[in-house]
Amino acid sequence: MADETTPKDQLKPPETKPAAEKPAAAATPAPPASAAAKPAAPAKPVAAAPPAPPKPAGPTPQPWESEMVANFKRRFGSGIREASTYVGQNYMVVDASIVYQVLQVLHDDEGFDYCVDVTAVHYPKRDEQFDLVWILYSFPRNERIRVKTLLKEDAAAPSVSSIWSTANWLEREVFDMFGIRFDGHPDLKRILLPDGWQGHPLRKDYPILQQDTEWVKINLGIESGQ
Amino acid sequence: MTDSTKSGFYEEIGSQQTFLDANELVLNMGPQHPSTHGVLRVILRLDGEKVLGTECVIGYLHRGVEKIAENRTYTMFNPYVDRMDYVAAVSNGLGYCLAVEKLLNIEAPPRAAYIRVILTELNRIASHQLWLGTHALDIGAMTPLFYTFRDREEILKIFEKYCGARLTTHSFRIGGTQYETYEGFEQDVNNFVKFVGPKIGEYEELLTTNRIWVERTRNVGVLGGKDCIDLGVTGPVLRASGVKWDLRKAQPYSMYEKFDFEIPTGENGDTFDRYIVRIAEIRQALRIIDQAVNSIPAGPIMAKVPKVMKPPVGEAYVSIEAPKGELGYFIVSDGSTQPYRVRVRPPSFVNLQALDKMVRGSLVADVVAVIGTLDIVLGEVDR
Amino acid sequence: MLDYVTGYLSSTVTPGQAGNWLWALVYILIIFGGVSGIVIVMNWGERKALAHMQVRLGPMRVGPHGLMQPIADAIKLLTKEDIMPSEADKPIFWMAPVWVVMIAFSVFIVVPFGPTHAVTDMNIGILFMLGVSSLGVLGIVMAGWASNSHFPLMGALRSSAQMVSYEVAMGLAVVSAVVMTGLRGAGPYGVGDGAASGTLSMIGIVQAQQQQHVWFIFKFFPVGLVAFFIFAVAMIAETNRAPFDLPEAESELVAGFHTEYSGLRWSLFMLGEYAAMVAVSSIAITLWLGGWLRPFPSIHGPAINIPFFWEHPELGVVDFVFSFAPAMVLFILAFFAFFNAARMPKHPLLKIQTLGLYAFGLVLGGVGLVLLAPPVRDRVQDIFWFVFKIACFMYMYIWYRATWPRYRFDQLMKVGWKFLLPLGLAVLLVTGFMGLSPEILAWLKGVR
Repeated sequence: MADETTPKDQLKPPETKPAAEKPAAAATPAPPASAAAKPAAPAKPVAAAPPAPPKPAGPTPQPWESEMVANFKRRFGSGIREASTYVGQNYMVVDASIVYQVLQVLHDDEGFDYCVDVTAVHYPKRDEQFDLVWILYSFPRNERIRVKTLLKEDAAAPSVSSIWSTANWLEREVFDMFGIRFDGHPDLKRILLPDGWQGHPLRKDYPILQQDTEWVKINLGIESGQ
Repeated sequence: MTDSTKSGFYEEIGSQQTFLDANELVLNMGPQHPSTHGVLRVILRLDGEKVLGTECVIGYLHRGVEKIAENRTYTMFNPYVDRMDYVAAVSNGLGYCLAVEKLLNIEAPPRAAYIRVILTELNRIASHQLWLGTHALDIGAMTPLFYTFRDREEILKIFEKYCGARLTTHSFRIGGTQYETYEGFEQDVNNFVKFVGPKIGEYEELLTTNRIWVERTRNVGVLGGKDCIDLGVTGPVLRASGVKWDLRKAQPYSMYEKFDFEIPTGENGDTFDRYIVRIAEIRQALRIIDQAVNSIPAGPIMAKVPKVMKPPVGEAYVSIEAPKGELGYFIVSDGSTQPYRVRVRPPSFVNLQALDKMVRGSLVADVVAVIGTLDIVLGEVDR
Repeated sequence: MLDYVTGYLSSTVTPGQAGNWLWALVYILIIFGGVSGIVIVMNWGERKALAHMQVRLGPMRVGPHGLMQPIADAIKLLTKEDIMPSEADKPIFWMAPVWVVMIAFSVFIVVPFGPTHAVTDMNIGILFMLGVSSLGVLGIVMAGWASNSHFPLMGALRSSAQMVSYEVAMGLAVVSAVVMTGLRGAGPYGVGDGAASGTLSMIGIVQAQQQQHVWFIFKFFPVGLVAFFIFAVAMIAETNRAPFDLPEAESELVAGFHTEYSGLRWSLFMLGEYAAMVAVSSIAITLWLGGWLRPFPSIHGPAINIPFFWEHPELGVVDFVFSFAPAMVLFILAFFAFFNAARMPKHPLLKIQTLGLYAFGLVLGGVGLVLLAPPVRDRVQDIFWFVFKIACFMYMYIWYRATWPRYRFDQLMKVGWKFLLPLGLAVLLVTGFMGLSPEILAWLKGVR
């Protein structure tokens, strides 16, 4: 398939075997193919060598069809932006406005009684900068899902510490590292960093070097040697 | 930026009292303390001997591991992972390698999987042995510490022969293991299994029927099954409360489904049950090792992994059953050689949250016992 | 003047009773030195025995096998900086360790190492011992209060509560032993000759055991054993040793009443603690284990006569065999010293240590030989058996410390009040009943 030869492949150094990173099933045709591709490799994209088999499709998110998802889609409509599976792991992307209800329904009705993790990812170039992720597990169903929502900067997220007590510290850590405030959290304050710390380190625009020189100047009174 | 180490709790109550006033005493089990297994600060509110409430102040060992991960390639980050739960470093490595392998959509070959299982289970035994020694020492029994450390030496010797390091082993690579088993590995492991069985019996002899041990641990720090699930507590703490759940059985990874072992559970969810469960886990780990080491398949130890690892854009969460609980890695890849975000879900962090619930209403001497029984490692709590 | 000195040597009473000040002073000095010596040996012995139980070696460097460790510890403690908290109550802070040591040593006035080897034999000896040792609690409380910090205060209060509660149980056990001195009991229990008379005097209690031909631990079996057991548990709690050492444990929140003490003052506390251990052990030995009596004191066997070496027509072959015990013990110790010296690694740096250990072995052997000489051998029997029993008790202390975790404070108090106290009362009643059984039986017969 032509779209296999993405620019990514061209950036690879010629001597790697690009086919090797795909599952072992694809690996067997690869050695003879790449051996044949080698003489032709130096500056040409791999797919230009005819004997090389097309690179098998990398994992892409597949739509996740299940009764639970159908219920949700019926109930919340377009609030459920996406429900997919990637490398065998199911996840839902949900609107921030309804995410609390979704989580509530997951806990009460669908039996997701164990909140494994609450975490966030920062995409500074996006409009909705933060990806807030809840990883939930259901003991009766032995099933794990992720619920993701996208938050704008300075938007507050709903706290789920009233649904799962474990979210108390997990949300404090997200607040500490990313600065996302949680509405309804009993005691939102920094957990890993000292109370007076300025800035939220895991944001992509957190200036480590500048913080370091500033801290050294204030606390040690010397110029940082960085 | 100010570097204040006072938390609001302490400020509100501590500054307004002299130590003889009122009924409530605020006691600080400061970051430096013989029993807190690392730099953990626990602020206790006491009424005489009874604990009214606790607050944990953590972060003294925060090293910004997750931020570091964003500036390292996937292989470069592998050694950092050991340093989080430094007591059970092999498990950390296993979790990380499995997570990256998931993103790359490859699987380690069977031989590597077996070697991984053997080393991980050895590490589980070592971690539990260290836990037992330090926990017993906190409660006052000085002797089991020396016995468990002596026996743990054998495991560390095997690790050293295998990969050169005793504690932070960095034994696995993404896609398999780097080192072949050394000459005599099976022999060493078999000898170890034979050697350590009776030693576990020695620890039990000193503690399980010791009436003082039983009195100090029975009905101390009770946590029911429902509370465990609600608080997200996993690992031996959850199993001691009666919930029979182990990730190695529920969602097997690295060929655990090939091995026959049991999941020990307790009834009351008190400290004594957690002790029994961990001792039983050591025995089950010996069982797994016994099965694994005598049937390591031949074959490659490394899958075909590209030299420059660029997982496709996507995210994955993989978790394993570490000795302390569910250790999870949530890795977000943006297609480049460096992960976009690595989130480590530490079992000790979540388990430590349960301290307040377990210790309310108990006596001061029980706080130390409960911190010990949760088996926390501050490197993992703080990362 | 010389008469004053030598006149006592042929006396059959203690110096206190003979009114001989000089010899009383000599005995006091000997006891002071002896108890201090035991403390020094205990320092080394505890570290080595504890270590060996924990699969390690303990001090090995300071002298051969760490034998000079106590000296090194003493030098370290004496040369440490003397820190006193600024807010501390200075006179009381200074007084507390002094008080503890004073009390711990004062108790030894009445402890009998032989029929005449006590400083004095008060006719209320055991009462004096219990009373004076209770005063030690005051020193603990003073230490906790004077430190002006709530950790030591909490530790001191806990410690004093613990000591006071276990004194009740101790007292009951002691009373039942005293009762045993005066009651003969019937049937298989009524043995020995001589009229039984109740006495509180320490020497009198041992002599009662001698007359009744039974150590009180075996009298009215198993009542004596239970009384001894109560006292044994209570005495560990009295001296704040494992498993009752919560007030001074390092891994608890409260580090104990001696937190703020360092250097010499702390070493005084330790001296007081070990001396108290020896004191309560000697009470236990006197009351239940026959004091200075050898095992089987009433069995003498046929008389035996070896010119110069054994000329005691009133004693028998069993006495003869047992009389070798002191020398034997020292020979065994010397043997261990030689054996370990031979096993020392052959390294040039260890030459001095090896020689030292051989010399130590020689010294022990020499003392053993001296103890074989008839004049010394005859006089040393009582002292030897007493000290041997104390050594057994000290070893048990160390063994308990290595084996058991410590009790939580509420469990500790529960054991003292809810278990030992009722048991002590029961033991007392049963002892009285069994002791008076001839009279009771006679009365029953008379009634019928």
